[in-house]
Amino acid sequence: MRSLYRNLAGLIGFFLIWEGAVRVGLVPELFVPPPSEVLSTTAQLLGQEPFIRDVIATVLAWAIALGISIAIAVPAGLLLGSIAWLRTATRAIVEFLRPIPSVALIPLVLLVVGGGPEAKITLAVYAAVWPILFNTIYALAEIDPVLMDTARACGTSRARMLTSVALPHAAPFVFTGIRMSAAIALILVVSTEYVAGASSGLGNFILEASSGGTNMDQVLAGTVVAGVIGYLINDGLERVGRRMFRWNEAVGEAAK
Amino acid sequence: MPTMLEVTGLNHRYGKGDGAHVAVRELSFSVDAGELACIVGPSGCGKSTLLRCIAGLIPPTGGSVRLHGDEVSGVPDDLAVVFQDYSRSLFPWLTVARNVEFPLRWRKLSKQERAERAQEALDAVGLSGVGKKFPWQLSGGMQQRVSIARALASKPALLIMDEPFASVDAQTRFELEDLLRRVQREQQSTILLVTHDIDESVYLGDRVLVLSKSPATIVADLAVDLPAERDQIATRESAKFVTLRGEVARLLQTGPAAPATTEEASDEVTAAADAAEWAATEEEAAETGGATKEARH
Ligand SMILES: Nc1ncnc2c1ncn2[C@@H]1O[C@H](COP(=O)(O)OP(=O)(O)OP(=O)(O)O)[C@@H](O)[C@H]1O
Ligand SMILES: [Mg+2]
Repeated sequence: MRSLYRNLAGLIGFFLIWEGAVRVGLVPELFVPPPSEVLSTTAQLLGQEPFIRDVIATVLAWAIALGISIAIAVPAGLLLGSIAWLRTATRAIVEFLRPIPSVALIPLVLLVVGGGPEAKITLAVYAAVWPILFNTIYALAEIDPVLMDTARACGTSRARMLTSVALPHAAPFVFTGIRMSAAIALILVVSTEYVAGASSGLGNFILEASSGGTNMDQVLAGTVVAGVIGYLINDGLERVGRRMFRWNEAVGEAAK
Repeated sequence: MPTMLEVTGLNHRYGKGDGAHVAVRELSFSVDAGELACIVGPSGCGKSTLLRCIAGLIPPTGGSVRLHGDEVSGVPDDLAVVFQDYSRSLFPWLTVARNVEFPLRWRKLSKQERAERAQEALDAVGLSGVGKKFPWQLSGGMQQRVSIARALASKPALLIMDEPFASVDAQTRFELEDLLRRVQREQQSTILLVTHDIDESVYLGDRVLVLSKSPATIVADLAVDLPAERDQIATRESAKFVTLRGEVARLLQTGPAAPATTEEASDEVTAAADAAEWAATEEEAAETGGATKEARH
């Protein structure tokens, strides 16, 4: 609870400085409206159906992208993490693909899958699979051999090893990967909407609002909403993780 | 008593070619049902390797292990192992009760039977009330009790323990030693326990097998004729205990003296420099000399 107040204190401080800077004339009000104005615009927008549609479009694309990323990266990570030769064989291609910025793939993706929501989902998936993939592989490599021996000495077969030792051990690592990917997927969805001119979504709203150059309060309101969505996603996942992996935090703390 | 464990001509070599390291050489012994046998040997001599071969965790490079007559290949169903590192051998995501139930997971038991057996085992080690806690919420000594309870829950024909009390404080160690002897007698378990602590081997064992320096071979097989009821203070002060521990210490330091040589000892060559003092060495060297040289270089 105390940390919540502290977080809010930081946020309120940020808004106060922003408000002050605009009032004093440090930044031109035309380009950067004060937060009081941005927040009231935000409140207005949240009452308007088209804006809500945009928010839903973005959140939906994000959820689908994250779901697909998990469905691809977790099994792939388990496979690569448990089969050494496969890991070696794919190292070069993985290290080649991973550093490619998703934005650079926009033209290719638009050509291949078209300009609909598929484009932003594809790009978000491309960027979001890596943290999950690497965390899963890392988790499998980190299993304590003593623990494996213990399970084997308890009569656990190789196939059951995966479900009864590898998966529970890897779960918190995988979950951390998912949390990182969730943020990345949101960034990718909103930026693709903005850059590639999608027909809906928060990024698209920001793009359209900014086109005249006079609706900066709307642009910033869209940005604030994107930030809030990101915050809520991360906070929600953190809570879920803390509840599910209580043992892991405690073990981690004990090890510190 | 029938023979529970029979180890015949066991060899284990790590690696191949020039880098090969012989950890266990031509080791033979057997353990009777209901016996608590202690293996004591210098650090790094191959004790863990020996236990891992017996447990079926690694296939030995030579020789055979038989558990109640059946050749061991892979971990037998009715065998349990307790490792030294309790903190690394308990599943941190499972509660204490679930940890103890773990070896029963793959057996045809109802959920209730499983829970009952786990509870019994926890009762036996004096941890009745902690089933719902997680291992990391317990002290080190309690965690090792949980490992022991888990081993007991599976009602193993043979319980193997690799320096189980080496990582707990002295007071806890005494408690756990007494606990182990009590449980072993109550449940008539057969236990093979490795330690590098001479006093512990004599205090705990019905029998002490003394190993040589690397590669491990048996130097002596001593019966411990102390009374079954032991006491941490009185037993350790008794003349018999003092004599025995002296004998084990001498064996560990210098290899077997001529009169103390047992059958097992004579069929082996120790890698120790003092091997020359040992009369039997010469005959043996003729037989296994080639292998010995290879292993040393
Ligand atoms: N996986 C392995 N690969 C190669 N050599 C090994 C391996 N495991 C153990 N050894 C070597 O085999 C020898 C015996 O090791 P082992 O662990 O069996 O000894 P130990 O008697 O249990 O030692 P400690 O008293 O330290 O527990 C050591 O010299 C060790 O370096
Ligand atoms: Mg060892």
